[in-house]
Amino acid sequence: MKTDDVLELLLYLALLIGLAPFIGRYLAWVFQVERPLPGEKLMAGDTSRSMNWPQYLKALLLFHGIGFVVLMLLQMLQAKLPGNPQSLANVPFPLALNTAISFLTNTNWQAYSGEATMSYLTQMLGLGVQNFLSAATGMAVAAALVRGLGERPSRSSSGQVGVSPADSPCDRDGREPSLRPGRSFSGLGNFWRDVSRATIYVLLPLSILLSLVLVQQGVPQTFDVFASATTLEGSAQVIPLGPAASQIAIKQLGTNGGGFFGVNSAHPFENPTRLSNFLQCFAILALAAGFPFMFGRMTGHRRHGWCLFATMLVLLLTGLGAALWAEHQSNPSLGVLTMLEGKETRFGIADSALWATATTAASNGSVNAMHDSLMPLSGLVALVNMLLGEIIFGGVGSGLYGMIMFVVLTVFLAGLMVGRTPEYLGKRIEAREVICAAVAVILPSLVVLIGTALSVLSEAGRASLTNAGPHAFSEALYAWASAANNNGSAFGGLNANTPFYNYGLSFAMLVGRFGVIVPTLMLAGRMAQKRIAEPGPGTFPTDGGLFIVLLLGVILIVGGLTFLPALTLGPIVEHMLMNNGRTF
Amino acid sequence: MKTLLHALLTFATLTLITGVGYPLLVTGIARVAFAHQANGSLITGADGKLLGSELLAQEFKSPRYFWPRPSAAAFATVPSGASNLGSTSAALKLVISDRAAALRKAHNLPDNAPVPAELVQASGSGLDPHISADAARFQLKRVCTARGLDEALVSALIGDGQVNVLKLNQTLDTLH
Repeated sequence: MKTDDVLELLLYLALLIGLAPFIGRYLAWVFQVERPLPGEKLMAGDTSRSMNWPQYLKALLLFHGIGFVVLMLLQMLQAKLPGNPQSLANVPFPLALNTAISFLTNTNWQAYSGEATMSYLTQMLGLGVQNFLSAATGMAVAAALVRGLGERPSRSSSGQVGVSPADSPCDRDGREPSLRPGRSFSGLGNFWRDVSRATIYVLLPLSILLSLVLVQQGVPQTFDVFASATTLEGSAQVIPLGPAASQIAIKQLGTNGGGFFGVNSAHPFENPTRLSNFLQCFAILALAAGFPFMFGRMTGHRRHGWCLFATMLVLLLTGLGAALWAEHQSNPSLGVLTMLEGKETRFGIADSALWATATTAASNGSVNAMHDSLMPLSGLVALVNMLLGEIIFGGVGSGLYGMIMFVVLTVFLAGLMVGRTPEYLGKRIEAREVICAAVAVILPSLVVLIGTALSVLSEAGRASLTNAGPHAFSEALYAWASAANNNGSAFGGLNANTPFYNYGLSFAMLVGRFGVIVPTLMLAGRMAQKRIAEPGPGTFPTDGGLFIVLLLGVILIVGGLTFLPALTLGPIVEHMLMNNGRTF
Repeated sequence: MKTLLHALLTFATLTLITGVGYPLLVTGIARVAFAHQANGSLITGADGKLLGSELLAQEFKSPRYFWPRPSAAAFATVPSGASNLGSTSAALKLVISDRAAALRKAHNLPDNAPVPAELVQASGSGLDPHISADAARFQLKRVCTARGLDEALVSALIGDGQVNVLKLNQTLDTLH
């Protein structure tokens, strides 16, 4: 590696580790402030009124329902709506459905190229808005789960579960004192308050800043019609434009990943310079890395927050190391010393490997190099990052609640080993909670394996594959892994705009989102009602090295056992055949 | 019913803020502070005609110009694209060897002479505006012969690090 690449990687990691605690602190503040922030009352009435888990889920689903209808209408009527200077046609139903679900679920899988398919209005008022709202929803669910785990319930005279005045100011490490005593609640917070605060106080200000820097670096931000140029050699060139910078900023910050232009952040307009690349790549992980610290603050278990962060960091660094190594190897199959196919000169190999690792660790899914043309083992890193369930920092909010499902399983297994009822943060984990966590972990995996099998067994599935040999299998596996874990990046050779993939991956995205959110909220609701017991001699400590090792073990064993056969058939076999010089 | 009302109000407000207010605000500031970039970093010729964007590669075939990286989508812009061929792709192997042969021929090199990797492998965007200084120097003799220019002069224009091919070619046109 070149010296400047090494320095850049070190700077990236130093910023990530250095800023995450402060981001976590700010996030905790946003979700804990008791007084209504401006505008909250107008939108959703009394937002200090806390919801129990079915209420929280109902609000969330209703919010998604409205978003879905609006996004479908915008796409399917865009030819008749204003803000369409290129006179693009209406988006056909299967593609519109896939895209709506994709952006609602924070996946941002794209079976289209924005510059050729979506009007400015659709991008801005539909896709852009869902970039914010789907991210804010993930953050809200994480906040709800954290409240559920940290809540100290007590029986009030009416028999309802609530925080008594004596309990509520117990402010160890700034523990949440928020919800009014005496009310009926189960302590998950208020969905409307959470989602609007996440949008307005976290995502919006950061997006404004980032988008202005991006424009300064060269990302277009205009409502003008595409420009027509005559090149130096005299041929015609259409220059696609649009309100790109504003959408790209939130696409990175909200772990969305849906490009304004088809080739995403490889496009010189979407990501023009090495600086814009660094900032966009940092934005992928920045907010998500703050969530373990937010968790630590809000529950008063700061060391545990650090442990979760450390676990994520170990997984990230392992993947990054492997991807960097793989990309610096020669490719005997093609007879080239460095694999530059699908990579941009201004980024080079190290920046491409870093991005590929970060974007799949977080459920971002934007790309600055074509993942289909990565070396087999860096493609493997991307696949593994997604298949573990997007918990290596993961999506904003969703990474934390995904990780906590693994923590619950870990605590459960540790309890089995010593023969005691497991506890997590002083609350007993019982059968129902373990079922919730197991469902959240297993459902997306199930969809990946069944979907991949259908892809390679059916004519409709195979017809979309561009590559041959083991790489074709990887292409199908990648699509299902990406959709079912709400990542959104692709091995782009797969022609995704077919009924088979539009409908199939829509289903996968829904399962990947709600198959995790519903059990998460259910777990949160149940945990909120449990009393906190003081740790005893048999309590498994969740704030030390032993816990980190055990948690890593559970993640890797669950992920490994589920996907090792599939990964062997794809990237691992391809790597070996490549070193033998085989082509397909 | 009340929940539905809250849902509608929250959705509408947040849509107005993030879908209208936010992009308009950014566009407004960008238009004032960074007008050139916000409009696509467009470049015009001496006669005021639009030549392209300094960020988007153009196709160059003439020996009088430096050539950018290959584009799997033939330099299309709406949409642009990549080959998406993988590490063991026979199709990619063939394309790479064809490109290498064409480059060697154009530069009067023997059959197994090495060629810069980035000039035989297509970029991710299909519109990569840059090549490395090495890949530019590889083409130096051809361009200077075609134009009758001094190699030292053009080599100085290339500099170190990376070169924007379109800007370099535009500069060449103003020289000669």
